[in-house]
Amino acid sequence: MNLTYGPEYEAFRAELQEFLRGWPLQGDEAKLPRNEQERLFRKRGIEAGYVYRSIPAEYGGAGRQSDPLYDRIIQEEYARTGAPGNRLNQGPGLLVPTLLDFGTEEQKRRFIPPTLAGEMQWCQGYSEPGSGSDLASLQTSARLDGDHWVINGQKIWTSNAREAHYMFGLFRTEPDAGKHAGISYLLVPMDAEGIDVRPLKQMTGSEEFNEVFFNDVHTPADHILGKRGEGWTISRATLRHERNLIGNPALMRQQFEMMLAIARRTERGGRPAIEEPGIRDRIAEVEGFVRCVETTNLRMLSAESRGEAMQVMLPMMMIKLYSTQVMERVASLAYDLLGGDGLLAPIVENDSIYDGSGTLRGGVHNFLYSMGPSIAGGASNIQRNIIGERGLGLPRDLRPSGG
Amino acid sequence: MHFGLNEEQQLLQETVQGFVAGECPPPRLRELFDAGTGHDPGLWKGLAEMGIPGLAIDEAHGGAGMQLLELAIVFEELGAGCLPGPLFGHALAGLAIQLAGSDAQRERWLPGIASGETLATVAFADGADGWDPEQWSLGLDGGSLRGQKQHVPHGGHAEFCVVGVAGGGFAVVETQADGVRCEDENGIDRGRPLATLHFDGAAAEILEGDAGAAARVRDAAAVLLAAEAFGAAWRLVTMTTEYAKTREQFGTPIAQFQGVKHQLADMATQVEASRALYWYAAHAWDELPAESAHAAALAKSHITDRAIEVARASVELHGGLGFTWECDVQLWFKRVLFDRAWGGTPEQHRRRIAELGAW
Ligand SMILES: Cc1cc2nc3c(=O)[nH]c(=O)nc-3n(C[C@H](O)[C@H](O)[C@H](O)COP(=O)(O)OP(=O)(O)OC[C@H]3O[C@@H](n4cnc5c(N)ncnc54)[C@H](O)[C@@H]3O)c2cc1C
Repeated sequence: MNLTYGPEYEAFRAELQEFLRGWPLQGDEAKLPRNEQERLFRKRGIEAGYVYRSIPAEYGGAGRQSDPLYDRIIQEEYARTGAPGNRLNQGPGLLVPTLLDFGTEEQKRRFIPPTLAGEMQWCQGYSEPGSGSDLASLQTSARLDGDHWVINGQKIWTSNAREAHYMFGLFRTEPDAGKHAGISYLLVPMDAEGIDVRPLKQMTGSEEFNEVFFNDVHTPADHILGKRGEGWTISRATLRHERNLIGNPALMRQQFEMMLAIARRTERGGRPAIEEPGIRDRIAEVEGFVRCVETTNLRMLSAESRGEAMQVMLPMMMIKLYSTQVMERVASLAYDLLGGDGLLAPIVENDSIYDGSGTLRGGVHNFLYSMGPSIAGGASNIQRNIIGERGLGLPRDLRPSGG
Repeated sequence: MHFGLNEEQQLLQETVQGFVAGECPPPRLRELFDAGTGHDPGLWKGLAEMGIPGLAIDEAHGGAGMQLLELAIVFEELGAGCLPGPLFGHALAGLAIQLAGSDAQRERWLPGIASGETLATVAFADGADGWDPEQWSLGLDGGSLRGQKQHVPHGGHAEFCVVGVAGGGFAVVETQADGVRCEDENGIDRGRPLATLHFDGAAAEILEGDAGAAARVRDAAAVLLAAEAFGAAWRLVTMTTEYAKTREQFGTPIAQFQGVKHQLADMATQVEASRALYWYAAHAWDELPAESAHAAALAKSHITDRAIEVARASVELHGGLGFTWECDVQLWFKRVLFDRAWGGTPEQHRRRIAELGAW
């Protein structure tokens, strides 16, 4: 084994660290609104080749050769400094890789650059009230009428639908074909007539997700990704990207450090909680789990960079389930450390304890929020089915509808 | 960057795996377990022919000059096969002499250890919990030992023993010498018997080398036990998976029930995720000295916790059969119990993690 990255990588890291000294912004730039500052710094990152590194330049990326080790260094350094980098939300994180794989040249040129620049926001329209885990049962229909698709039905749990300019989603276009074969992958402008977005309040108190109603909504006929009836296959590829986003070890380390900070700042009987043997034991136990995520990711990264992905199929199947469980453990411990403060409602916006400005109540928000990933992108029990059936070769479930 | 096993390491793993499967399949394992001696000269000879006893010993002293990582890979297979035999204490004795012995002492003992001709072991525990060098109180009185050491693996087979003494040093004692009495402890893992060694003025030779050696050997023990527990836990997952595919109830294999499938998926996930943890700990012991104590303690505590959870679930999923002496699951269950308790419980290791983290 050899965990050093090698001189050219270390030189790259040093160069990147120098660049990241530019964040937070200074002087007049520091007075801009927060999202303006982020946009500006991301743009600089793209120009310098650190952000959207391996996306071709003609689509607005940095156009460098793909290299998982460079990506990892970038991920680590951006996470360490908290600088706005590859924003891993629906557009850049899920749609862009899918477009790169399945889009026409015209679609790539039209949609990728503004998405990367943050000018075009996306939401993901998969789930419906009756179709969650059993996604292939979805009913929202799209009928081709001349040069347009006409959409009717409803989506639910659609994160960030109110801010989104476009939705990428799954619609039933071939009502007579089979359950999976009748689905197509369409791109729909959110300002189209007949779309009605209603926010849903989450248990955290914020309102990220929404219901989206479609009443004779039109989207151009060429806003289809792949061919008619290929939507299911394409969405599987998107889901893979989504699962990859969830097991981010840098994020997990950040949360662990935050939990440690809470343990240091909270007092029990006049002493920092972290000095209590029982608390130390629990922290050390949780660190074992966090290190498992980190080292397993290192193992997958190493295999990937050497073209040996087949050797890590099992951990790849498991990492979503495992990571979400570990995040819940970290959050639960942080919650317990808050003691009585855990009785207070979370502060939703910008509550960070890293910069010293926030309060410990950010921990409450984290605890509540940590439930999300274990449901989104395929609930934990569905992951267990996948691991059991594809990983361990156990017989398939009894599925009444033959899915 | 490469975090994974290279070709030679994979070959080593496959070779040992093949040996264990061929020479000690479950029926043979059962015979040895029931006989309770924990040692089979034929098996030991086979391991010696592959160079396993000297794997991590310098080439200059007849070993293969490999690192702890390679030894840990072998221990994964020892766990997977629940192999009986004295390799654990023997390998640690070799490491201790290599790290703490003078040139002359290495010259004297290591070649016999490396070839496997002389059986050796280590004595750490002072009382039930005194595993750490700082806790050792056994005193040297004018070159001879008085007192006792517990939980000495294969103490009844070894020809000499590396004993941890007060101040965190090591001394070597011949187990057949005057003033040494060996008492069988009737240990839980019949493939790895334990003994108490009583010293009553036994002649001992102090290892002269580095004072930090005892802590290194303690960490190496933690890594090897973590690797072994990992191997045992993964084997329990695969054994139980196979059982669930064949055992039928309600007219269908029990593996088709989600309650069973999900339990197996969870077991597999918890164990698989810790493979890299033991790799990392072994690699840190070899190459990253600043991290090695922390990584060893994390691996030992975390993996033996997961292993016991898996072992319990395995028994449960085997139903009434699982609770019997006849069911092989108990053999691995007991190996895991050994790995968990020897060298300190998970709690003891987590205490050190907290200290090392300066929390
Ligand atoms: C924070 C968050 C953000 C989200 N964002 C989006 C988004 O942007 N776009 C979008 O389309 N969707 C989004 N979702 C929806 C998410 O994908 C679904 O909630 C998820 O797929 C589960 O579907 P469901 O809610 O209908 O639950 P159900 O499918 O009804 O499942 C309920 C429970 O039953 C279990 N279950 C169901 N079927 C089985 C089975 N066969 N075997 C065993 N157990 C089973 C599940 O594990 C779950 O625990 C989001 C969800 C969350 C929590």
